[in-house]
Amino acid sequence: MSADVETQLAELRAKVDAMPAGKENKLAMIVLSGDLDKLLAAMIIATGAAAMGMKVVQFFTFWGTAALRDPKKKVGGKDFMSKMFGWMLPKGRNKTKLSQMHMAGMGTSMLKGLMKKKNAPSLDQLFEIAEMTGVEIKVCEMSMGLMGFKREELIDYPNMDFCGVATFLAEAQESSIQMIIS
Amino acid sequence: MSNHDVAKTLDLKGLPCPMPVVKMSQEIGSVSVGQIIEVLTTDPGSISDFPAWAKSTGNEVLETVQGDPIKIYVKRLK
Repeated sequence: MSADVETQLAELRAKVDAMPAGKENKLAMIVLSGDLDKLLAAMIIATGAAAMGMKVVQFFTFWGTAALRDPKKKVGGKDFMSKMFGWMLPKGRNKTKLSQMHMAGMGTSMLKGLMKKKNAPSLDQLFEIAEMTGVEIKVCEMSMGLMGFKREELIDYPNMDFCGVATFLAEAQESSIQMIIS
Repeated sequence: MSNHDVAKTLDLKGLPCPMPVVKMSQEIGSVSVGQIIEVLTTDPGSISDFPAWAKSTGNEVLETVQGDPIKIYVKRLK
């Protein structure tokens, strides 16, 4: 009987040893949206996760990349389409609009006023916290190319890098949480 | 009730989500392991957020006292 248990135990140990390494305490998040409300949610979740002791990697793609533009930076040498995209899309996180109830700017500015009144952190503050807590930002290279954005026109953020889909997938694979904000 | 040997009081009154846990994670290192931080908050979400934060970071919420402000006693375990 005890010998039986021992063999079972040995088999179990061998199985456990053969298992792939456990998932990291990490959040991999895709930020697809460039809407103010969704960016706020993305940044609150990211900074919250960092506060919980998680490693956080955010992938900014498609409309999300526009939120990383720095309104103070100007770059030249863009073709017609890139100029159009640059002109049509929000120039940075503070020019983003609500996905609902924007109402020609009235809704968005009302929400910003409300947030101030309630002491809720702004996108500026949330990016600061993200920077402080080591949240990594990875930017989709293809979206940058599509929209005609150049690296030189993005915000200064220490933990920022450019990548493709494989980088996200590799990060997501070893993360305990994956999510998309779209 | 709340007879804790508090090493530090963290005044987070008026701060909404996610600031209470962000501030908490920044301040937990300022006390030694085994010491207790008293958190004062007006954010009702903190009542469930602090235990979740503690579970995730390996610390302990000793007690939550309802009121204005809400008082949460957190013990640093590691």
